[in-house]
Amino acid sequence: MNTSKNNSLETSLQPAARGLAPVVSASVQHPFRELVWGRVLEFCREPEAVFWVYGFPVLMVLALGIAFRSEPVEELTVDVVSHECAAEYGLILSASPSLEAGVFDLETAMNRLRSGRCDLAVVISMDPDSSNDSVARDNQPVDHAAINVSEIDASAIAFAPRSTDQFEFRFDPTSPQSVLARDRANDLLQRAAGRRDLVPTTDRLQQEPGSRYIDFLIPGLLGLSLMGGGLWGVGFVTVEMRIRKLLKRFLATPMSKSQFLLSIMVSRMLFMVPEVLLLVFFARIVFGVRVFGSPLALAFLILFGSVMFSGIGLLIASRAKTLEAVSGILNLIMMPMWIGSGVFFSRERYPDAMQPFLRALPLTPLVDALRGVMLEGQTLLGTWQELVILAAWGLVSFGLALRFFRWS
Amino acid sequence: MNSHTPAIACHQLVKSYPGRPPTLAVRGIDLVVERGECFGMLGPNGAGKTTTIEILEGLLEPTSGDVEVLGLKWKSDQRRLREQIGVSLQETRLSEKLTVRETICLFRSFYAKGLDPWAALDLVGLREKAAARVGQVSGGERQRLAVATAIVGWPELVFLDEPTTGLDPQSRRQIWDIVEAFKSQGRTVVLTTHYMDEAERLCDRLAIVDSGKIIATGTPTDLIHSLGGAHMVEVSGNRAEDFSLPIDLLSRLPSVKSVSVRDGVASLLTASPHIVLPPLVAALEQEGYRLTRLTTRQASLDDVFVQLSGRHLNEPVVVA
Repeated sequence: MNTSKNNSLETSLQPAARGLAPVVSASVQHPFRELVWGRVLEFCREPEAVFWVYGFPVLMVLALGIAFRSEPVEELTVDVVSHECAAEYGLILSASPSLEAGVFDLETAMNRLRSGRCDLAVVISMDPDSSNDSVARDNQPVDHAAINVSEIDASAIAFAPRSTDQFEFRFDPTSPQSVLARDRANDLLQRAAGRRDLVPTTDRLQQEPGSRYIDFLIPGLLGLSLMGGGLWGVGFVTVEMRIRKLLKRFLATPMSKSQFLLSIMVSRMLFMVPEVLLLVFFARIVFGVRVFGSPLALAFLILFGSVMFSGIGLLIASRAKTLEAVSGILNLIMMPMWIGSGVFFSRERYPDAMQPFLRALPLTPLVDALRGVMLEGQTLLGTWQELVILAAWGLVSFGLALRFFRWS
Repeated sequence: MNSHTPAIACHQLVKSYPGRPPTLAVRGIDLVVERGECFGMLGPNGAGKTTTIEILEGLLEPTSGDVEVLGLKWKSDQRRLREQIGVSLQETRLSEKLTVRETICLFRSFYAKGLDPWAALDLVGLREKAAARVGQVSGGERQRLAVATAIVGWPELVFLDEPTTGLDPQSRRQIWDIVEAFKSQGRTVVLTTHYMDEAERLCDRLAIVDSGKIIATGTPTDLIHSLGGAHMVEVSGNRAEDFSLPIDLLSRLPSVKSVSVRDGVASLLTASPHIVLPPLVAALEQEGYRLTRLTTRQASLDDVFVQLSGRHLNEPVVVA
């Protein structure tokens, strides 16, 4: 060796480099374990990825849970249009806990109705045939200013609607709130005027966990996490490795290809376990969301869904050569599932003709099955149709991915 | 496997990429690499070196031609072959978030037999960097790690595609030492390079590649001697405003084998510079030239390449 060169390496190179044969030994570590472990380490050392995987779903549950927290139907607002007895009628209406009445002149009331600040306007007019009766009343005319009638003690005033008064309801027939307000107001007025119910009815309030919006939402978000994790986690990572020529480098070793693809899916599942537990426990602790079905069935569904979406992720990533291409495809594929698979609202809102298409989306059967197990306490057997669709998606996409996968 | 078979034998390799017109990256390459030698493919960028080496590595299918590596064929013995060869690609970005040691352990796990990860790190002088993340070590260290991943399975044959491209001189010498240490264990090395100093220093035999073909094969010394002389005399000068040198005159000088002119410098190939120099200086003076430069140096592989292709090694290939 030339003495003038490599002064630094001369000291750092160990005996092997100076002519002693290094020891060759048989393998100790299993490649599959090393591949999975490598992915796990990479993931844990990527703070952004950890946030998106774990922080994002929790933030979403929190935000949606707060926005749609289960409260009794909010009070309906009824405007009574100025009339000499407007305040009295307002009191009759306010007797119901779900109605809030105020008195306004006609123009203001109409404006409020149009802009949605009130749900119903009641216009009172006198029957022209019996105009004399009104003079007999000793009540004071009501000031035009809005009166909060609820502040007056309702029981202190006994007032019955006069048969000479006519009531006109003005409301928006397309608004459920408006229609409800109209029916309530009508009921209250009729009863105050003496109408009697003919059959006894009782109300029993159903408000236990399992029937609230948050209960509907959690299985949907669980499905959404599995989809995002599977598609992004597998698709993006794989394309990135292809761009870095790491796939090609791996191909140049004796590494088993199927073990490699499997390691990507399995490592993805490992990240998912804490993610899902976090979501389920968070929902349980903060919103009291319960799982009615067997936890084992739920775990199976989660695993099943995760594998299926990993397969689809792999298929999407099997040819893509740039991150832009794979992001585009991923967004395109996820978009219909975000809105059509019943994550945030029931897919029954879409026309019947669309239902077969929606059912065929991979997220739909997963969310349906998750809801079945979590909310209705179904067994896996009860969700077999969904499982068949999921399995079909998983098998077909994984098979195609294996066939078309490009290593360089 | 018969250990008397050559490490590599390929015959009439052709690789064309589809397109209009199709690109012929490799146009009929024949190669034999013996066991235990360091064989280099020297050529400018775009000459087809990488395509050729990737065919030999079993990563690309040749359009036509036969390849045998260690007496085995890629089609039938892929798995056995992968266990016995090591590969370092031209550019691989290893996972930056893994440490140097984790990376070596990962690659080691792919091979049924091989070095202890620490031994591999010692071999490339990276023991001190074992705990550093790949993303945080220098370019030279990363390249040494790439070489370590190629030899961690302690292969019979290792392929290194442009192992020192883009590295500083110190890092290049470190890679050379590793290659020499590996070769000294009786292993075979095939490398590509466009640096003639690297080829001269490391390679027992060379194939000079240009435009998808091998234009010369031999030991570096043989190739240089094939020029007909081992020395170059370089001269430039001018006569008033005339900067062109009298080529005819120069080539008639005693002992001059050939003359080439480039950028106003005439290069005279000769076996004996001491015979050329006195008449050269006298002749130019007589013609009224003022000498601006006169040097002699050893002929290099670049001169061989110039002789064969009319271009320098570091000149990019101009696509017609």
